[in-house]
Amino acid sequence: MKALTRQDLEAFARQPRAEPPEWIRVQLDTGGIAAGAELVHTALAAARDERHLAFSLLRAGSVGYSFADPVIEVQSAGMPRVHYGRVTPEVAAQVLDTHVVDHRLLDDHVIATRQRSTALALPVTHILVRDTGPDATSKTEFFQFSFTEELKRRGLAERVQVVRALDIGIYDEGAVVQLLPSAVTYANVLAPDVARIVAESIEGGRVVDDLLWKTPDKQVRIVLRHCGDVDPDSLEDYLQHADGYQALRRALFEFTPEQVIAEMKLAALRGRGGAGFPTWMKWQLTRAQPAPQRYVICNGDEGDPGAFMDRSVLESDPHAVLEGMMIAAYAMGSTKGYFYIRAEYPKAVERIDRAIQQAREAGLLGANILGSDFSFAAKVRLGAGAFVCGEETALIASIEGRRGSPSPRPPYPSVRGLWGMPTAINNVETLACVPAILTKGGAWFSSFGTETSKGTKVFAVTGKVRNAQLVEVPMGTTLREIIYEVCGGVLDGKDIKAVQTGGPSGGVIPVQHLNTPVSYETLQQLGSIMGSGGMLVMDKTDSMVEVAKFYLKFCVDESCGKCAPCRIGGYQLLQILDRISRGRGNADDVPLIRRICVAMQKASLCGLGQTAPNPVLSTLRYFNEEYQAFIEGGPSYARKMSRVASGAAAANAPAVAPARPLVAPLPTGNGGAI
Amino acid sequence: MIRARINQIDVEVAEGTSILAAARGVQVKIPTLCKHKDLLPTAACGICIVRNKGGNKLIRACCTPLENGMEITTHDREIVDVRRSTLELILSNHPQACLTCGRNGECELQSLAADFNIPLESIKRYVKDVPRDCSTGSIIIDFQKCIKCGRCIQVCQEMQNVWALSFLDRGINTRMAPAGDITLAESPCVKCGQCSAHCPTGAIVENDETPLVWEALHDPNKICVVQIAPSVRVTVGESFGLPPGTNLTKKLYAALRRLGFAAVFDTNFSADLTIVEEASEFIERFVHQRGQLPLITSCCPSWTDFMEKRHYDFIDNFSTAKSPQQMLGVLAKTYYAQKLGLDPAKIFVVSIMPCTAKKYELSRTEEMYASGFKDVDVALTTRELARMLKQSGIDFLNLADGAPDSMLGDYTGAGTIFGATGGVMEAALRTAYFYATGKKLAKVEVEAVRGLDGVKEGTIDIAGTPVRVAVAHGLANVEQVLDRVRAARKAGTDTPYHFIEVMACPGGCIGGGGQPYGVDNERRKLRIAGLYADDRDCAIRCSHDNPEVIRVYDEFLGQPLGARAHELLHTRYTARPLYKR
Repeated sequence: MKALTRQDLEAFARQPRAEPPEWIRVQLDTGGIAAGAELVHTALAAARDERHLAFSLLRAGSVGYSFADPVIEVQSAGMPRVHYGRVTPEVAAQVLDTHVVDHRLLDDHVIATRQRSTALALPVTHILVRDTGPDATSKTEFFQFSFTEELKRRGLAERVQVVRALDIGIYDEGAVVQLLPSAVTYANVLAPDVARIVAESIEGGRVVDDLLWKTPDKQVRIVLRHCGDVDPDSLEDYLQHADGYQALRRALFEFTPEQVIAEMKLAALRGRGGAGFPTWMKWQLTRAQPAPQRYVICNGDEGDPGAFMDRSVLESDPHAVLEGMMIAAYAMGSTKGYFYIRAEYPKAVERIDRAIQQAREAGLLGANILGSDFSFAAKVRLGAGAFVCGEETALIASIEGRRGSPSPRPPYPSVRGLWGMPTAINNVETLACVPAILTKGGAWFSSFGTETSKGTKVFAVTGKVRNAQLVEVPMGTTLREIIYEVCGGVLDGKDIKAVQTGGPSGGVIPVQHLNTPVSYETLQQLGSIMGSGGMLVMDKTDSMVEVAKFYLKFCVDESCGKCAPCRIGGYQLLQILDRISRGRGNADDVPLIRRICVAMQKASLCGLGQTAPNPVLSTLRYFNEEYQAFIEGGPSYARKMSRVASGAAAANAPAVAPARPLVAPLPTGNGGAI
Repeated sequence: MIRARINQIDVEVAEGTSILAAARGVQVKIPTLCKHKDLLPTAACGICIVRNKGGNKLIRACCTPLENGMEITTHDREIVDVRRSTLELILSNHPQACLTCGRNGECELQSLAADFNIPLESIKRYVKDVPRDCSTGSIIIDFQKCIKCGRCIQVCQEMQNVWALSFLDRGINTRMAPAGDITLAESPCVKCGQCSAHCPTGAIVENDETPLVWEALHDPNKICVVQIAPSVRVTVGESFGLPPGTNLTKKLYAALRRLGFAAVFDTNFSADLTIVEEASEFIERFVHQRGQLPLITSCCPSWTDFMEKRHYDFIDNFSTAKSPQQMLGVLAKTYYAQKLGLDPAKIFVVSIMPCTAKKYELSRTEEMYASGFKDVDVALTTRELARMLKQSGIDFLNLADGAPDSMLGDYTGAGTIFGATGGVMEAALRTAYFYATGKKLAKVEVEAVRGLDGVKEGTIDIAGTPVRVAVAHGLANVEQVLDRVRAARKAGTDTPYHFIEVMACPGGCIGGGGQPYGVDNERRKLRIAGLYADDRDCAIRCSHDNPEVIRVYDEFLGQPLGARAHELLHTRYTARPLYKR
């Protein structure tokens, strides 16, 4: 690509989006690939050639439906645009035959759109049906049959197809139907309603108001705005279909650096890595520090078990993160940036690397970008997968080639950071928000969220949840809404026991607090933290002592070993928990646990040690009786519990994601396709 | 200036002063295990936590600078409880071996544990079974006793630029060990022992060779002779509760004789001898222009080891004169043996050194066997000597003064200042000046090379020609001096220095790795002052004037740099690069 000019970018902004009329987009993020998306892509390419079909085969990142990986999106002339989930190569071939050739939707794989409508703008061509009760299959088939029969009766069977959906985005609301292409959705549909719907909506083109599902989807996609839509390997796609680098252009030519910071202040964006430090202030502090060189670092060292937000964003929309970094650099007067990404994220590294290279070739990186005074260079540094390297000072040490252990603060990185220079370290998600804020304005961004926590937050919801997936909701959404309304509730319809947020630095939030609106402050009050956005759902069969042990073990493994409270405290705490879980604990153990926890919280050098006791303390706070049961019940009780747990584990997916996954912390419950 | 309050006491300190140091200034002691006075804080132990009013976290006093308006509380119920818990955790990861430990009674962890009166086994002990590293024969690392304070690593990497030690592994398995998990002997270690001098516990100690010496002393077939290094006389008193710098030369003579040594010699004598040889070498190179300049001193074994490993491009600049320890050893087994008609095979030479590397030096090359035997049999550190004296039941401090044995015992002020940084240079200049001009220096003190600055430079006029000298101590300071020489060589310009002295340990031998524990710059200054006082009080202050040195040349060695002197008093160096390039 030739070097872009300011005028080229302005032309992109005016130009209407040109899309090929027929395409299939395969979501090739690590989760999708692990579930077989590459095979699907190959199968689609082969089948296309074999059948001489004309559609374009596109690549994209993930839209977030991890429960349905591999996911493809199909756009075919005269057909509603749909996502198909759980696509194997065989299913892919069926999609071609049914959807592309026969113009019919394929049963059991369609994921209904969340962009629901309340008006029937176009005549109905397809009816998606899905029973959202606990045992869905038989009733879904019943409704499909009823609708089909009713359509036949009225002679509409040729015009309208009834399709069983894989997921319809509404849960525990009886039978749900969605009328395509307008996406009018009816919930709690009973058998007598079938005739009404066909008569009123399909024949009459009127909405059946008493059945209409009016609740808008809880999700607001700001960070994930292009994820699953743009080709992460293509700068052109980003420029043409995602307003690519328009925010940078605005920043460079319409804003002074101070104005960018002011806009960020208006947006009130806080660090999405977990601590929630105001981003504008971080930039301001770095900018205010006189220095010959300032650095901006993108922290992509996401390491919490069960968290995959940053990976997904890096893999699905790398240019947005790069653009965010460049705007940050412009605002704080920096000319060099580093992406610190863990080596366990090879796809993310590859795509960011490619994005940097493409941007460089297009003149979006380098000297005097787009003819402005702003020059910027970006590089990728690989982390070796040490969790502690997500801590700012350890991350800097790691980039500098030193042992990745934290150093005391002050001095803060904004004063003395990388190579001794002022440095701002921003999380992937934070940077991904930046172009959207510059495009739509800080006031728009801060219209979402609560008083203290503005905007949206991406969560990776995993564990015993029906639909493990990435969720982006405005701050202030309750945990219950996220789990039940967005993710479909607990797996197998069991009762929820608690939600773990914030990964190993967070805590468990029991069922009685599920109505808490999510914000930095509220979660902290409950003894947990926002963290980077891992959210693990646990049902009644999960032992809280085991949960505490699991997270603590993670921190014990990941402790850098520098300071005594964390190094020894964590280990000793784990020994005591282990003893208790084997029924060998005694009455003195709980006070001792508390004492060690306090020492770790108060005397550890960095956040890892200070927060490592949180899972232990929060389980003690809400589930003390489980600890007491182990202590009083002794070894026989412990054996009984472990039999229950292993029985449950055999029946269900594992309770928690593996501590050190080889590829990435895949969500559970994706059909064992790994 | 920063104004704040610590425990309701107003304090005023310079900007950048840590809370720990500021508190010390108002007689508030904040305990710490990892912070050493002279080193940067590592913030590892978590004991020094304090509270700032309004802050919701406890902060580390060692690494947090005091800020205006802070209201620090150093001791309240929660702080002390957390300290106690942290200390308990540290003890739960430390072997219960105090009674058999090299640091018993002198251990910082032990005394803190005593202050807190930690109940036994409140937290179950977990100590991983790791064998000790005895590979160097100089320094022993007992990994189990390490509390991971990081002092040794900072000293090894920053102060000494040796990079033998580092942290390996992580979490509970974090270890201080040579990088790459090799033995210390295979590592870049130069045996300087600064790690042991700064260790708060018994994790790094000298290889205790007192049993060998006791064995020899009790062996009727052995004639045990002993020599005392310059710096030992002003430091050994610290092990007996005396202030640093107290000169105990004469009591040492008496005590060593009581221990059963047949003859008591003084390394100061051979220091004078080293100066005569080295100054002659300098005159050869400087005046007669035979050999490379600058001349670089070589009496520090850690430095020679370091040079052979890292700076071997300077081999030709090294003085070939052996160190005083080795000169005395070889003379004891040749000159002294012949004069008294003793069988050199029976003579057992023990040296009392400030240094762990001296244990390595005595078998460094074949030249260390110039007498036909091992010239020096055992080198003990000051700490080992103190231990022997305590074991022997000698009331050391109340002993009547003794005297050394003649032939190898008399010394001048020039010999005694060998123990301080700049001392060798000063002593050599006194003699070189005389050799070049035939005249005595009007003022023998060369102030430019004294003091604790890492690199000291000076110019001394010898017969109208300025002699440019540099003194470096602490191996990290060497590089900049040598790099200047390298740059001049590359540019083909005149060498920036004619004479360079290097001592591996900060402060010179008085700060050696085998000296009594608790070294810091204040102690170094006092110890150095003790040596300069000894020099000042000496009647003879130039090495070439030492009557016993003159006699040994007359009777035995012939001329300085002569054939016999060369055979017995000089050595060679070999490049031993650490890494293939």
